[in-house]
Amino acid sequence: MKEYLHKYIELRKHNMQVAVRKAKARKMCYLFLAPYAILFTMFFVFPVVASIYYSFTYYNILEPPRFIGLQNYINLILQDDIFLIGVKNTLLIAVITGPLGYILSFLFAWLINELPRWIRSVAVIIFYAPSIAGNCYVIFSVFFRGDAYGYVNAALMNMGIIDTPKLWLIDPTYMLPICMLVILWMSLGTGFLSFVAGLQGVDRSQFEAGYMDGVKNRWQELWYITLPNMKPMLMFGAVMSITQAFGVADVTMALCGYPSTDYAARTIVTHLFDYGFSRFEMGYACAIATILFLMMILCNKAIQSLLRRVGT
Amino acid sequence: MSTLEAKEIKTKRGRRKQAAEEQPYRKKLIRRRKPNRSIAGDIFLYLFLVFVAFIMAFPIIYAVSNALKPLDELFKFPPRIFAQHPTLDNFSDLFVTMGKSWVTFSRYLFNTVFITFVGTLGHLIIASMGAFVLAKYDFPGGNAFFKLVTVAMMFTGWVTQIPNYLLLNKLGWIDTYWAIIIPAFASPMGLFLMKQFMEGLPTSLIEAAKIDGANEWKVFTGVVMPNVKPAWMTLIIFSVQALWNNRASTYIYSEERKTLVYALQQIQSGGIARTGQGAAVLVVVMIVPIIIFVFSESQILETMASSGLKD
Repeated sequence: MKEYLHKYIELRKHNMQVAVRKAKARKMCYLFLAPYAILFTMFFVFPVVASIYYSFTYYNILEPPRFIGLQNYINLILQDDIFLIGVKNTLLIAVITGPLGYILSFLFAWLINELPRWIRSVAVIIFYAPSIAGNCYVIFSVFFRGDAYGYVNAALMNMGIIDTPKLWLIDPTYMLPICMLVILWMSLGTGFLSFVAGLQGVDRSQFEAGYMDGVKNRWQELWYITLPNMKPMLMFGAVMSITQAFGVADVTMALCGYPSTDYAARTIVTHLFDYGFSRFEMGYACAIATILFLMMILCNKAIQSLLRRVGT
Repeated sequence: MSTLEAKEIKTKRGRRKQAAEEQPYRKKLIRRRKPNRSIAGDIFLYLFLVFVAFIMAFPIIYAVSNALKPLDELFKFPPRIFAQHPTLDNFSDLFVTMGKSWVTFSRYLFNTVFITFVGTLGHLIIASMGAFVLAKYDFPGGNAFFKLVTVAMMFTGWVTQIPNYLLLNKLGWIDTYWAIIIPAFASPMGLFLMKQFMEGLPTSLIEAAKIDGANEWKVFTGVVMPNVKPAWMTLIIFSVQALWNNRASTYIYSEERKTLVYALQQIQSGGIARTGQGAAVLVVVMIVPIIIFVFSESQILETMASSGLKD
């Protein structure tokens, strides 16, 4: 036993020495990486750690943070009903718009891939434009206006489906579905671009080989040739759509108001915003941020292990 | 150095030659349909695509046509989708309103342009340097760091908002441009994309340059960077989009340092009297990222088609 331990320590020591020697030989690598690494640590690593630390304190900026243990989390889960509404809404939006937006992104990228080049570039612009169009989604509040001026109301009334205008953005029953619709409209974002670029990069000779080996239709080609080649892009797209799906706040705040009727369109981020920048309960807000952080990371890890199996 | 340049020119020429050889082959592929496609399927799919494209484009088209409507048409019932007498009144009204504001329009514009330009430039340089060593060298800690960066892409900026505010406050950067510019340098997305692109670059290119006596910096600026232009463009687009749409209202509170988008959205929320101008604002805000994308997209596709460099 002792001998094994000794050997193990020896091995570790050796590995360390090799690593140090390597690091010394590659000094310039660290020099290249340093500017980015410092800024990244400052603005991404440190805030997450700080957020976790503050989540265990009562902190209102004016007084120094006071340690209160798990009290913030206990309050969040046991007392804050609005937070639970927010969690429910966020999960609902994420579960529906996340996968759907992801699949749509890939589907359209794949469909336009075989078009001639100029049509393809026009199509990419059309599909990608909504996600970069600033706050163009505000226009949906015109479509879904609560009075007879709204297009949706007018159209439905003309067709005789409803007889009085519906308060689309004020009635809690319709709020979430409309927000999801708008989010889906904007969901062909970064992931979509990555898919388009990735599909262009698939080696054409593989398709030729596929015909020889009897790939019968486009769906088989998709599953056996295209998708395995696209794995890195698929992973990237998944990360993007999960991040987007859990971070929904702008759309619901712009369309349904802030706060919305009965908090029906409240999401975790809206709640975070409320406590962080309206009520200045930083400790409490950091607890919300930490929960959101854990949810996103766990979801990402789960999806990634699922995606590893594509095409096998 | 001279040999390095010669080499570069040679590889460029070689690539062009290669692209010329590939050209007829590619054209034939587009003309000649793939053998495993059914015509009915093609027609159905393309009709579907056109339909979806129309739905996607409709809100944007509507927003543009709304901005061109004179005021009386905006309140007409039943509402029309296209303007009957298109005018640019809303835009000129917008400029008049902006001209009367306490902080001039040009100042807002300068703020946004400055933030966007400096933030993007710095991000491009810093992220490319990091990406280069992460992609092409194996050194202790490199992989772990890159994993950390990918984790950082998995959560939204909202998570880090509050500690970031406290940190920027400590640094004394609140209410300066740097509060937005410096964090933008470290955006994990740029580094990730750059590294992934650089990984596709043949290592032999770098080794050849090294044998010619180039040091790492020369390799980076002379060989690697010219060969990853598509990644540059992608990085620039993302950075510009993020910074252009940054309202910065939590980090900057002096009116004369606020961004254009913020000022425009203030006008937009001016109620029913500003309906026409609000519609114009919507177009002004969205048109810039879209135009930048339209121009850079053609460049991306071009560079990608001609740079079929694969090991």
